[in-house]
Amino acid sequence: MSFETAGYQLAPVLPELVLAVGAMALLMLGAYRGQETTRTVTSLAVLLLVAVGVLVYLQPAGKQVTFGGSFIVDDFARFMKILALIGSAVTLVLSTEFLSDPSRRIFEYAILVLLSTLGMMVLISAGDLISLYLGLELMSLALYVVAASNRDNAKSTEAGLKYFVLGALSSGMLLYGSSLIYGFTGTVSFTGIAAAATVSNVGLVFGLVFLLAGLCFKVSAVPFHMWTPDVYEGAPTPVTAFFASAPKVAALAVFTRVTLTAFPGIVSQWQQILVFVAIASMALGSFAAIGQSNIKRLMAYSSIGHMGFALVGLASGTVEGAQGVLMYIVIYVAMTLGSFSIILAMRRNGQAVEQISDFAGLSRTNPLLAFMFAMLLFSLAGIPPLAGFFAKWYVFVAAIKANLFTLAVVGVLTSVVGAYYYLTIVKTMYFDEPAGQVDPVRVEVKTVLAVAGLFNILFALFAGPVVSVASAAAKSLF
Amino acid sequence: MTTWPILSVTTFLPLVGALIVYLSRGDDEAARRNSRWIALWTTLITFAVSVILVMRFDASNPDFQFVEKANWLATGITYHMGVDGISLPLVILTTAIMPFCIIASWKAITNRVREYMMAFLILETLMIGTFSALDLVLFYLFFEGGLIPMFLIIGVWGGPRRVYASFKFFLYTLLGSVLMLLAIMALYWNGGTTDIPTLMHTAVPRSLQTWAWLAFFASFAVKMPMWPVHTWLPDAHVEAPTAGSVVLAAILLKMGGYGFLRFSLPMFPLASHDFAPLVFTLSAIAIIYTSLVALMQEDMKKLIAYSSVAHMGFVTMGIFAGTMQGVAGGVFQMISHGIVSGALFLCVGIVYDRMHTREIAAYGGLVNRMPLYALTFMVFTMANVGLPGTSGFVGEFMTLLGTFKVSIPTAFFATFGVILSAAYALWLYRKVVFGALVKPSLMSMKDLTLRECVTLFPLIALTILFGVYPKPVLDMSAASVQQLVNNYNTAVTAVKAAALLQ
Repeated sequence: MSFETAGYQLAPVLPELVLAVGAMALLMLGAYRGQETTRTVTSLAVLLLVAVGVLVYLQPAGKQVTFGGSFIVDDFARFMKILALIGSAVTLVLSTEFLSDPSRRIFEYAILVLLSTLGMMVLISAGDLISLYLGLELMSLALYVVAASNRDNAKSTEAGLKYFVLGALSSGMLLYGSSLIYGFTGTVSFTGIAAAATVSNVGLVFGLVFLLAGLCFKVSAVPFHMWTPDVYEGAPTPVTAFFASAPKVAALAVFTRVTLTAFPGIVSQWQQILVFVAIASMALGSFAAIGQSNIKRLMAYSSIGHMGFALVGLASGTVEGAQGVLMYIVIYVAMTLGSFSIILAMRRNGQAVEQISDFAGLSRTNPLLAFMFAMLLFSLAGIPPLAGFFAKWYVFVAAIKANLFTLAVVGVLTSVVGAYYYLTIVKTMYFDEPAGQVDPVRVEVKTVLAVAGLFNILFALFAGPVVSVASAAAKSLF
Repeated sequence: MTTWPILSVTTFLPLVGALIVYLSRGDDEAARRNSRWIALWTTLITFAVSVILVMRFDASNPDFQFVEKANWLATGITYHMGVDGISLPLVILTTAIMPFCIIASWKAITNRVREYMMAFLILETLMIGTFSALDLVLFYLFFEGGLIPMFLIIGVWGGPRRVYASFKFFLYTLLGSVLMLLAIMALYWNGGTTDIPTLMHTAVPRSLQTWAWLAFFASFAVKMPMWPVHTWLPDAHVEAPTAGSVVLAAILLKMGGYGFLRFSLPMFPLASHDFAPLVFTLSAIAIIYTSLVALMQEDMKKLIAYSSVAHMGFVTMGIFAGTMQGVAGGVFQMISHGIVSGALFLCVGIVYDRMHTREIAAYGGLVNRMPLYALTFMVFTMANVGLPGTSGFVGEFMTLLGTFKVSIPTAFFATFGVILSAAYALWLYRKVVFGALVKPSLMSMKDLTLRECVTLFPLIALTILFGVYPKPVLDMSAASVQQLVNNYNTAVTAVKAAALLQ
């Protein structure tokens, strides 16, 4: 019996293999040639990510399963993988400036991002609890190190350590939950669990709660959000941009896949958990952000709130809900990368500035930057005709169809509260007196900002194709 | 007929103008002059194109005309535009008022002229789009999108308390609208589409009607604004630059009334009938209470803002009377108020530009120095009072007539508003224009310049024309209003008959 006929085709995992081999080759290059290769390794890593993205795109449509069901490639997985790859590649591009400082020439940075991305891809394609855990740990371990990559900075090391300790705790919970689920269903594969878990029993629900707690930690949903503000503030800004984009895509993808494909029989059990988590995240994200003065901390609370909105779609447990999650995460990634490229562009006399008051009068000193940021902020607040509105539309329309009216009403009301703090930044940029000139913006930051900004402003024009792709991807889960 | 998408061209022309303004770089005086001229020409051309709409409009056809449809989002959400006799007058009002706004800002705005003109042009696109969208999602896009430029207009070019006013304006309106958004979603699942003409003929269950009506009401009542959610309006008006106030009073407030006519009445006739007493009560309170409040104001703009709330009370009252006269009067009152209140804010802007104060007490005896201004201001004051012969009279009279058939107490109390409006408007006029010219600061006031005459005289002509000959507006809307009223009454009587049978 050949390797292939035993259900171990390698074609579906080709992109992952290329990424793994490529990452190791780059590691060799860096290890033998030393830290001078940082720039080369980073550029090659970006190219590698693009190549892997193309491979994922070229994979045949439809569902392919390999490794005895542990690894699933369907439209949903391909959609999320491409998004995660874009997030990783763009953050590597944005890191160029951070890595150019002589004291921070660390080629390992790009390798770690690659390995973390590999973890994300495994996570997104996970078909059972084992590959889920494998992917999750590969992703997280690399992230812990990346968070502390500015090792001479106390805040950065603190962020790395905090993230590691809390992340380890959440992994423990996730493992504990997985073992309970295995104990009560007798299987680790999602399809097997779905077949066994048709009626809820206490042990299974217990396992489910722990599993979801571990996943909530990764998407930074309340009440497992505590690490987010500190890590976002402490980590170097490009790393924060990375944390806010690609890992969120992967975590949300696996969240969606686990709930919808492994526990469709006990929807009512996890639905109430998700409703609570979504409401708590949206409310905390909106109210706690009001008092922030550091823009990165504010973005942390904003991302907590946005994960709450994305979970609104998931809570409905329908194909519309899955489509809502997909739409939300696409637009969220674009908005986040755009916002962080603006935060990276905010430098005065060669120093990065991170206070909201530093944005004062930006509309006069750098009108284009201010305009782009204002549009991104209005979009984050969900004001039409910007992209953020469509994100909210698709999650709430799913919630309304699933008759989750309380969730929807609370959701839109917290979005009004959220609008307040986004408006405060617009006010600082447009109504206040200038706080001084901004340094010229680097070309790679400008490019990212231009693409993300135009995507955000013009989204209404090309929303149709995005919706149909998201809808097809969502259907592949059911 | 025509092959080019005339309605979309009208809608998006200002956006093109905004792009041209953006491309005209530079920050010197020449660049400022350029952006002013580009903005003016854009609004004028847009108005000219919208006149074609009027000429080709078939007033005897109650259905939507100039319909354009294209794929947009998947499943039931399309790019669908069109106008009928209710929306077309509002589209024309928008395109007609905008050139005046640009001219009124010619000298008053000196900093960041380019951004200012862009904000106004973008706002114009969004306003026209609101009135001509025939898809709920598209409508919401235009309706809410208008918040962004208006927020910036108040916040950047506004008065001393502009931050407070702009935030209040934005958050108040947003809070009302998000609830409407949820109702739109519920309608989407009920009808399987967000197409407005289709939804008008889709039965909505009674319980959904009630909730959806309340959600839409939350949005439109804030926008209108109705008592007691009107408190953002005086702040926004006082702090906004003159042209901002004009747009706010003349056009943005009409979105609320338009919403009631386009959605509440046709889609939720039963709920509209059930809630009519609530609307009547709120309208009557608005008319009397805000008129009394207007009597006490020391700031000219605030006084006119409160009088706007009172006049909008007549509109809501007429619309929810559900009679031919009431609804037609409501439409007419919206157009008339758009012209008159816009002109009144322009009048305030003229003295504000000279004196930089809006305190009523700072003025007096202006007639001695500014006879032309006194005359102009008088015409609009009289129109605001509702003197027969001005357009203000026709709207108030028709809405009162329409309401009288349905609810005599409402009409009775609302009529007090006519008397009260005379009291505050004439009081304002006497304080500002009449009396002895004793204040030394006023001695050197100049009368209207040519530019100011250009902005005001056409509006005087319209006020008097529509006052003695309201037929053009009434004819344009008659067929659509008739159909709306018929459908509403059929739905309500059907339910009453069914209730009697049981």
